[in-house]
Amino acid sequence: GCCNSCRRELFVLTYGALVAQLCKDYEKDEDVNKYLDRMGYDIGIRLVEDFLARSAVKKCRSYSETVDMIAQVAFKMYLGITPSVSRSNTTENEFFLILENNPLVDFVEELPAGRTSLCYCNILCGVIRGALEMVHLAAEVNFIQDRLKGDDFTEIGITFLKKLEDKKHKRNK
Amino acid sequence: MAIFSVYVVNKAGGLIYQLDHYAPRSETEKTFSFPLDLVLKLHDERVVVAFGQRDSIRVGHAILSINGVDVNGKYTADGKEVLEYLGNPANYPVSIRFGRPRLSSNEKLMLASMFHSLFAIGSQLSPELGSSGIEMLETDTFKLHCFQTLTGIKFVVLADPRQAGIESLLRKIYEIYSDFALKNPFYSLEMPIRCELFDQNLKLALEVAEKTGPFGPGS
Repeated sequence: GCCNSCRRELFVLTYGALVAQLCKDYEKDEDVNKYLDRMGYDIGIRLVEDFLARSAVKKCRSYSETVDMIAQVAFKMYLGITPSVSRSNTTENEFFLILENNPLVDFVEELPAGRTSLCYCNILCGVIRGALEMVHLAAEVNFIQDRLKGDDFTEIGITFLKKLEDKKHKRNK
Repeated sequence: MAIFSVYVVNKAGGLIYQLDHYAPRSETEKTFSFPLDLVLKLHDERVVVAFGQRDSIRVGHAILSINGVDVNGKYTADGKEVLEYLGNPANYPVSIRFGRPRLSSNEKLMLASMFHSLFAIGSQLSPELGSSGIEMLETDTFKLHCFQTLTGIKFVVLADPRQAGIESLLRKIYEIYSDFALKNPFYSLEMPIRCELFDQNLKLALEVAEKTGPFGPGS
Protein backbone atom coordinates (compact mmCIF):
# COMPACT_ATOMS: atom_id res chain seq x y z
CA GLY A 1 0.00 0.00 0.00
CA CYS A 2 1.04 3.57 0.53
CA CYS A 3 3.36 2.70 3.40
CA ASN A 4 5.30 0.24 1.27
CA SER A 5 5.91 2.67 -1.55
CA CYS A 6 7.06 5.35 0.87
CA ARG A 7 9.51 2.86 2.30
CA ARG A 8 10.75 2.06 -1.19
CA GLU A 9 11.18 5.76 -1.98
CA LEU A 10 13.25 6.23 1.14
CA PHE A 11 15.36 3.20 0.27
CA VAL A 12 15.96 4.32 -3.31
CA LEU A 13 16.77 7.86 -2.16
CA THR A 14 19.12 6.56 0.51
CA TYR A 15 20.93 4.42 -2.02
CA GLY A 16 21.20 7.34 -4.40
CA ALA A 17 22.61 9.54 -1.65
CA LEU A 18 25.12 6.84 -0.84
CA VAL A 19 26.39 6.59 -4.41
CA ALA A 20 26.47 10.36 -4.80
CA GLN A 21 28.55 10.70 -1.64
CA LEU A 22 30.96 7.99 -2.74
CA CYS A 23 31.36 9.84 -6.03
CA LYS A 24 32.27 12.96 -4.10
CA ASP A 25 34.72 11.04 -1.91
CA TYR A 26 36.45 9.07 -4.66
CA GLU A 27 37.56 10.34 -8.06
CA LYS A 28 38.07 7.00 -9.73
CA ASP A 29 35.08 4.93 -10.82
CA GLU A 30 36.96 1.77 -9.84
CA ASP A 31 37.13 2.99 -6.24
CA VAL A 32 33.43 3.79 -6.03
CA ASN A 33 32.65 0.41 -7.53
CA LYS A 34 34.99 -1.27 -5.09
CA TYR A 35 33.39 0.36 -2.04
CA LEU A 36 29.90 -0.34 -3.26
CA ASP A 37 30.88 -3.98 -3.68
CA ARG A 38 32.44 -4.08 -0.23
CA MET A 39 29.36 -2.56 1.41
CA GLY A 40 27.23 -5.02 -0.48
CA TYR A 41 29.39 -7.85 0.82
CA ASP A 42 28.87 -6.72 4.42
CA ILE A 43 25.13 -6.61 3.78
CA GLY A 44 25.08 -9.95 1.99
CA ILE A 45 26.74 -11.92 4.77
CA ARG A 46 23.99 -10.79 7.14
CA LEU A 47 21.08 -10.68 4.75
CA VAL A 48 21.59 -14.32 3.81
CA GLU A 49 20.56 -15.44 7.30
CA ASP A 50 17.45 -13.31 7.17
CA PHE A 51 16.67 -14.85 3.79
CA LEU A 52 17.23 -18.42 4.99
CA ALA A 53 15.32 -17.86 8.22
CA ARG A 54 12.29 -16.33 6.53
CA SER A 55 12.09 -18.32 3.33
CA ALA A 56 12.85 -21.73 4.92
CA VAL A 57 14.26 -22.94 1.63
CA LYS A 58 15.92 -26.30 1.35
CA LYS A 59 19.56 -26.63 0.52
CA CYS A 60 20.28 -26.16 -3.17
CA ARG A 61 21.90 -29.12 -4.88
CA SER A 62 23.34 -27.42 -7.96
CA TYR A 63 24.65 -24.07 -9.09
CA SER A 64 21.68 -23.59 -11.37
CA GLU A 65 19.27 -24.30 -8.51
CA THR A 66 21.16 -21.72 -6.46
CA VAL A 67 20.96 -19.04 -9.13
CA ASP A 68 17.25 -19.75 -9.64
CA MET A 69 16.77 -19.32 -5.90
CA ILE A 70 18.56 -15.97 -5.99
CA ALA A 71 16.55 -14.70 -8.93
CA GLN A 72 13.11 -16.06 -8.11
CA VAL A 73 13.02 -15.97 -4.34
CA ALA A 74 15.63 -13.59 -3.00
CA PHE A 75 15.32 -10.79 -5.55
CA LYS A 76 11.56 -11.05 -5.27
CA MET A 77 11.67 -10.87 -1.49
CA TYR A 78 13.98 -7.89 -1.20
CA LEU A 79 13.54 -5.87 -4.37
CA GLY A 80 10.22 -7.08 -5.67
CA ILE A 81 11.66 -8.04 -9.06
CA THR A 82 12.39 -11.38 -10.70
CA PRO A 83 15.39 -11.31 -13.01
CA SER A 84 15.50 -13.97 -15.68
CA VAL A 85 18.28 -16.52 -15.52
CA SER A 86 20.45 -17.80 -18.31
CA ARG A 87 23.57 -19.85 -18.47
CA SER A 88 26.76 -19.34 -20.41
CA ASN A 89 27.43 -21.87 -23.16
CA THR A 90 31.09 -20.99 -23.31
CA THR A 91 32.22 -20.71 -19.68
CA GLU A 92 31.60 -23.43 -17.14
CA ASN A 93 29.65 -22.43 -14.04
CA GLU A 94 28.82 -18.98 -15.34
CA PHE A 95 25.26 -17.70 -15.05
CA PHE A 96 23.54 -14.45 -15.91
CA LEU A 97 20.74 -12.53 -14.26
CA ILE A 98 18.95 -10.16 -16.60
CA LEU A 99 17.21 -7.33 -14.81
CA GLU A 100 14.26 -6.00 -16.76
CA ASN A 101 13.57 -3.32 -14.23
CA ASN A 102 15.39 -2.34 -11.11
CA PRO A 103 13.91 -0.13 -8.39
CA LEU A 104 17.36 1.18 -7.45
CA VAL A 105 17.66 3.05 -10.75
CA ASP A 106 14.05 4.17 -11.07
CA PHE A 107 15.04 7.80 -10.78
CA VAL A 108 18.44 7.66 -12.47
CA GLU A 109 18.43 8.83 -16.08
CA GLU A 110 22.03 8.41 -16.99
CA LEU A 111 25.46 8.45 -15.46
CA PRO A 112 27.08 11.84 -14.98
CA ALA A 113 29.81 12.91 -17.37
CA GLY A 114 33.17 11.47 -16.50
CA ARG A 115 31.61 8.53 -14.70
CA THR A 116 31.41 6.15 -17.62
CA SER A 117 32.72 3.14 -15.71
CA LEU A 118 30.55 3.60 -12.67
CA CYS A 119 28.52 0.51 -11.82
CA TYR A 120 25.69 2.29 -10.08
CA CYS A 121 24.17 -0.86 -8.61
CA ASN A 122 27.42 -2.54 -7.75
CA ILE A 123 26.17 -3.04 -4.22
CA LEU A 124 24.02 -5.86 -5.59
CA CYS A 125 27.11 -7.74 -6.74
CA GLY A 126 28.61 -7.53 -3.27
CA VAL A 127 25.37 -8.67 -1.66
CA ILE A 128 25.19 -11.76 -3.88
CA ARG A 129 28.87 -12.55 -3.39
CA GLY A 130 28.66 -12.21 0.42
CA ALA A 131 25.51 -14.28 0.65
CA LEU A 132 26.97 -17.08 -1.47
CA GLU A 133 30.15 -17.13 0.59
CA MET A 134 28.14 -17.78 3.76
CA VAL A 135 26.68 -20.92 2.22
CA HIS A 136 30.16 -22.01 1.19
CA LEU A 137 29.99 -21.06 -2.49
CA ALA A 138 32.76 -18.86 -3.81
CA ALA A 139 31.75 -16.75 -6.78
CA GLU A 140 32.75 -13.75 -8.82
CA VAL A 141 29.83 -11.42 -9.35
CA ASN A 142 29.88 -8.37 -11.59
CA PHE A 143 27.87 -6.34 -14.02
CA ILE A 144 28.32 -7.62 -17.55
CA GLN A 145 26.04 -5.07 -19.15
CA ASP A 146 24.37 -1.97 -17.77
CA ARG A 147 21.58 0.06 -19.36
CA LEU A 148 22.88 3.10 -17.54
CA LYS A 149 26.09 2.77 -19.50
CA GLY A 150 24.22 2.56 -22.75
CA ASP A 151 23.99 -1.22 -23.12
CA ASP A 152 20.80 -2.91 -24.20
CA PHE A 153 20.32 -4.89 -21.01
CA THR A 154 21.30 -4.81 -17.41
CA GLU A 155 22.96 -8.10 -16.74
CA ILE A 156 24.75 -9.48 -13.69
CA GLY A 157 27.21 -12.32 -14.19
CA ILE A 158 27.75 -14.94 -11.48
CA THR A 159 30.73 -17.25 -11.99
CA PHE A 160 31.12 -19.98 -9.42
CA LEU A 161 34.69 -20.72 -8.42
CA LYS A 162 36.07 -23.84 -6.77
CA LYS A 163 33.80 -24.75 -3.84
CA LEU A 164 35.03 -23.36 -0.52
CA GLU A 165 36.16 -26.30 1.58
CA ASP A 166 34.66 -26.75 5.00
CA LYS A 167 36.76 -27.78 7.93
CA LYS A 168 37.51 -31.46 7.76
CA HIS A 169 34.64 -32.85 9.82
CA LYS A 170 31.81 -30.81 8.43
CA ARG A 171 30.62 -32.59 5.33
CA ASN A 172 27.11 -31.60 6.21
CA LYS A 173 26.16 -27.96 5.86
CA MET B 1 9.57 -24.03 33.18
CA ALA B 2 9.81 -26.66 30.48
CA ILE B 3 12.50 -25.11 28.32
CA PHE B 4 15.77 -25.27 30.17
CA SER B 5 18.40 -23.55 28.09
CA VAL B 6 19.40 -22.13 24.76
CA TYR B 7 22.86 -22.25 23.22
CA VAL B 8 24.03 -20.61 19.99
CA VAL B 9 27.23 -22.02 18.48
CA ASN B 10 29.11 -20.26 15.69
CA LYS B 11 30.64 -21.86 12.63
CA ALA B 12 33.94 -22.54 14.35
CA GLY B 13 32.30 -24.28 17.30
CA GLY B 14 32.53 -21.34 19.67
CA LEU B 15 29.67 -20.60 22.04
CA ILE B 16 28.36 -17.13 21.24
CA TYR B 17 25.22 -17.11 23.32
CA GLN B 18 23.82 -18.99 26.27
CA LEU B 19 20.66 -18.59 28.29
CA ASP B 20 19.47 -20.64 31.25
CA HIS B 21 15.73 -20.47 31.58
CA TYR B 22 15.03 -22.67 34.56
CA ALA B 23 15.03 -22.48 38.30
CA PRO B 24 16.94 -25.38 39.74
CA ARG B 25 14.45 -27.64 41.42
CA SER B 26 16.43 -28.87 44.34
CA GLU B 27 17.92 -26.01 46.24
CA THR B 28 17.82 -25.91 49.98
CA GLU B 29 18.54 -23.03 52.26
CA LYS B 30 19.09 -23.68 55.94
CA THR B 31 20.43 -21.86 58.95
CA PHE B 32 23.29 -23.50 60.77
CA SER B 33 25.02 -22.97 64.07
CA PHE B 34 28.64 -23.81 64.84
CA PRO B 35 29.95 -26.43 64.36
CA LEU B 36 28.68 -27.43 60.92
CA ASP B 37 27.64 -31.07 60.86
CA LEU B 38 28.32 -31.39 57.13
CA VAL B 39 31.70 -32.29 55.79
CA LEU B 40 32.69 -29.86 53.06
CA LYS B 41 35.47 -30.15 50.56
CA LEU B 42 36.87 -28.30 47.63
CA HIS B 43 36.11 -29.89 44.28
CA ASP B 44 36.58 -28.33 40.84
CA GLU B 45 36.96 -24.89 42.36
CA ARG B 46 33.70 -25.25 44.28
CA VAL B 47 32.78 -26.03 47.86
CA VAL B 48 30.73 -29.23 47.86
CA VAL B 49 29.22 -31.52 50.45
CA ALA B 50 31.46 -34.55 50.85
CA PHE B 51 29.62 -36.27 53.68
CA GLY B 52 26.81 -35.69 56.11
CA GLN B 53 23.83 -35.87 53.82
CA ARG B 54 20.68 -34.83 55.60
CA ASP B 55 17.25 -33.42 54.83
CA SER B 56 17.46 -32.42 51.20
CA ILE B 57 21.12 -31.54 51.28
CA ARG B 58 22.82 -34.22 49.22
CA VAL B 59 26.39 -35.28 48.77
CA GLY B 60 27.68 -33.44 45.74
CA HIS B 61 25.61 -30.34 46.32
CA ALA B 62 27.59 -27.16 46.18
CA ILE B 63 27.30 -24.06 48.31
CA LEU B 64 25.42 -21.55 46.17
CA SER B 65 25.05 -18.69 48.58
CA ILE B 66 25.86 -17.66 52.11
CA ASN B 67 23.48 -15.37 53.99
CA GLY B 68 21.69 -14.62 50.77
CA VAL B 69 24.76 -13.52 48.88
CA ASP B 70 25.86 -15.69 45.95
CA VAL B 71 29.11 -17.49 46.36
CA ASN B 72 31.83 -17.28 43.73
CA GLY B 73 33.35 -20.74 43.47
CA LYS B 74 35.38 -21.14 46.61
CA TYR B 75 35.16 -17.48 47.57
CA THR B 76 32.32 -15.46 48.99
CA ALA B 77 31.16 -12.45 47.06
CA ASP B 78 33.44 -10.18 49.08
CA GLY B 79 36.50 -12.34 48.45
CA LYS B 80 36.78 -14.39 51.62
CA GLU B 81 37.49 -18.09 51.36
CA VAL B 82 34.30 -20.01 52.08
CA LEU B 83 35.91 -22.84 54.02
CA GLU B 84 37.81 -20.38 56.16
CA TYR B 85 34.69 -18.35 56.77
CA LEU B 86 32.71 -21.39 57.82
CA GLY B 87 35.50 -22.53 60.10
CA ASN B 88 35.19 -19.39 62.21
CA PRO B 89 32.55 -19.68 64.98
CA ALA B 90 32.20 -15.88 65.02
CA ASN B 91 30.40 -15.98 61.67
CA TYR B 92 27.58 -18.15 62.99
CA PRO B 93 24.61 -18.55 62.87
CA VAL B 94 24.88 -18.63 59.10
CA SER B 95 22.34 -19.32 56.38
CA ILE B 96 23.67 -21.47 53.54
CA ARG B 97 21.96 -22.41 50.32
CA PHE B 98 22.90 -25.74 48.79
CA GLY B 99 22.07 -27.01 45.35
CA ARG B 100 23.31 -28.77 42.28
CA PRO B 101 26.25 -26.72 41.04
CA ARG B 102 25.50 -24.91 37.80
CA LEU B 103 27.90 -25.14 34.91
CA SER B 104 30.43 -22.34 34.82
CA SER B 105 30.75 -20.34 31.60
CA ASN B 106 34.03 -22.04 30.79
CA GLU B 107 32.42 -25.43 31.17
CA LYS B 108 29.62 -24.34 28.88
CA LEU B 109 32.12 -23.16 26.28
CA MET B 110 33.88 -26.49 26.36
CA LEU B 111 30.69 -28.49 26.15
CA ALA B 112 29.43 -26.44 23.22
CA SER B 113 32.69 -26.97 21.41
CA MET B 114 32.50 -30.69 22.11
CA PHE B 115 28.97 -30.84 20.84
CA HIS B 116 30.05 -29.05 17.69
CA SER B 117 32.56 -31.82 16.99
CA LEU B 118 30.14 -34.59 17.87
CA PHE B 119 27.44 -33.07 15.73
CA ALA B 120 29.31 -34.04 12.59
CA ILE B 121 29.43 -37.70 13.68
CA GLY B 122 25.74 -37.88 12.86
CA SER B 123 26.38 -37.32 9.19
CA GLN B 124 29.47 -39.50 9.15
CA LEU B 125 27.76 -42.51 10.67
CA SER B 126 24.78 -42.27 8.38
CA PRO B 127 24.33 -45.03 5.80
CA GLU B 128 22.84 -42.39 3.51
CA LEU B 129 24.78 -39.66 1.76
CA GLY B 130 24.12 -36.08 2.72
CA SER B 131 22.63 -36.81 6.10
CA SER B 132 22.23 -34.06 8.62
CA GLY B 133 24.19 -33.93 11.84
CA ILE B 134 22.77 -34.75 15.27
CA GLU B 135 19.30 -33.24 15.53
CA MET B 136 18.24 -34.63 18.86
CA LEU B 137 19.89 -36.03 21.93
CA GLU B 138 17.72 -37.60 24.59
CA THR B 139 18.27 -38.41 28.24
CA ASP B 140 15.78 -39.30 30.94
CA THR B 141 15.60 -35.72 32.18
CA PHE B 142 15.82 -33.62 29.02
CA LYS B 143 15.90 -33.58 25.24
CA LEU B 144 18.48 -31.59 23.35
CA HIS B 145 17.31 -30.25 19.99
CA CYS B 146 19.78 -28.90 17.47
CA PHE B 147 19.18 -26.96 14.31
CA GLN B 148 22.09 -26.13 12.01
CA THR B 149 21.53 -23.44 9.41
CA LEU B 150 22.86 -23.67 5.87
CA THR B 151 25.50 -21.17 6.93
CA GLY B 152 26.79 -23.40 9.73
CA ILE B 153 25.38 -21.75 12.85
CA LYS B 154 23.81 -24.07 15.39
CA PHE B 155 20.88 -23.27 17.62
CA VAL B 156 20.55 -25.70 20.51
CA VAL B 157 17.61 -25.91 22.89
CA LEU B 158 17.44 -28.14 25.96
CA ALA B 159 13.88 -28.85 27.05
CA ASP B 160 11.68 -31.20 28.99
CA PRO B 161 11.28 -34.44 27.01
CA ARG B 162 7.54 -33.87 26.84
CA GLN B 163 7.77 -30.32 25.52
CA ALA B 164 6.45 -29.97 21.97
CA GLY B 165 6.96 -27.23 19.42
CA ILE B 166 10.73 -27.04 19.73
CA GLU B 167 11.25 -27.34 15.97
CA SER B 168 9.29 -24.16 15.35
CA LEU B 169 10.96 -22.52 18.35
CA LEU B 170 14.36 -23.20 16.76
CA ARG B 171 13.22 -21.57 13.51
CA LYS B 172 11.90 -18.63 15.53
CA ILE B 173 15.22 -18.25 17.31
CA TYR B 174 16.91 -18.18 13.88
CA GLU B 175 14.62 -15.31 12.89
CA ILE B 176 15.33 -13.48 16.14
CA TYR B 177 19.06 -13.94 15.54
CA SER B 178 18.82 -12.61 11.98
CA ASP B 179 16.85 -9.61 13.24
CA PHE B 180 18.34 -8.50 16.51
CA ALA B 181 21.89 -9.73 16.24
CA LEU B 182 22.70 -9.52 12.54
CA LYS B 183 20.83 -6.34 11.77
CA ASN B 184 22.61 -4.59 14.59
CA PRO B 185 25.44 -2.93 12.63
CA PHE B 186 27.72 -2.97 15.65
CA TYR B 187 27.45 -6.69 16.16
CA SER B 188 30.39 -8.55 14.59
CA LEU B 189 29.63 -11.90 13.05
CA GLU B 190 30.77 -14.98 14.95
CA MET B 191 31.33 -12.95 18.14
CA PRO B 192 29.45 -13.35 21.43
CA ILE B 193 25.97 -11.88 21.16
CA ARG B 194 25.50 -9.07 23.62
CA CYS B 195 22.36 -7.47 22.26
CA GLU B 196 19.64 -6.51 24.72
CA LEU B 197 16.91 -6.81 22.09
CA PHE B 198 18.05 -10.33 21.24
CA ASP B 199 17.77 -11.35 24.91
CA GLN B 200 14.33 -9.81 25.31
CA ASN B 201 12.84 -11.29 22.18
CA LEU B 202 14.36 -14.69 22.84
CA LYS B 203 12.87 -14.82 26.35
CA LEU B 204 9.52 -13.82 24.91
CA ALA B 205 9.73 -16.60 22.34
CA LEU B 206 10.58 -19.14 25.04
CA GLU B 207 7.57 -18.09 27.07
CA VAL B 208 5.29 -18.39 24.08
CA ALA B 209 6.68 -21.82 23.25
CA GLU B 210 6.20 -23.03 26.80
CA LYS B 211 2.58 -21.91 26.87
CA THR B 212 1.75 -23.85 23.73
CA GLY B 213 3.38 -27.01 24.99
CA PRO B 214 1.59 -30.06 26.35
CA PHE B 215 1.51 -28.47 29.78
CA GLY B 216 -0.91 -25.87 28.54
CA PRO B 217 -1.19 -22.21 29.51
CA GLY B 218 -0.73 -21.27 33.10
CA SER B 219 1.70 -24.10 33.86
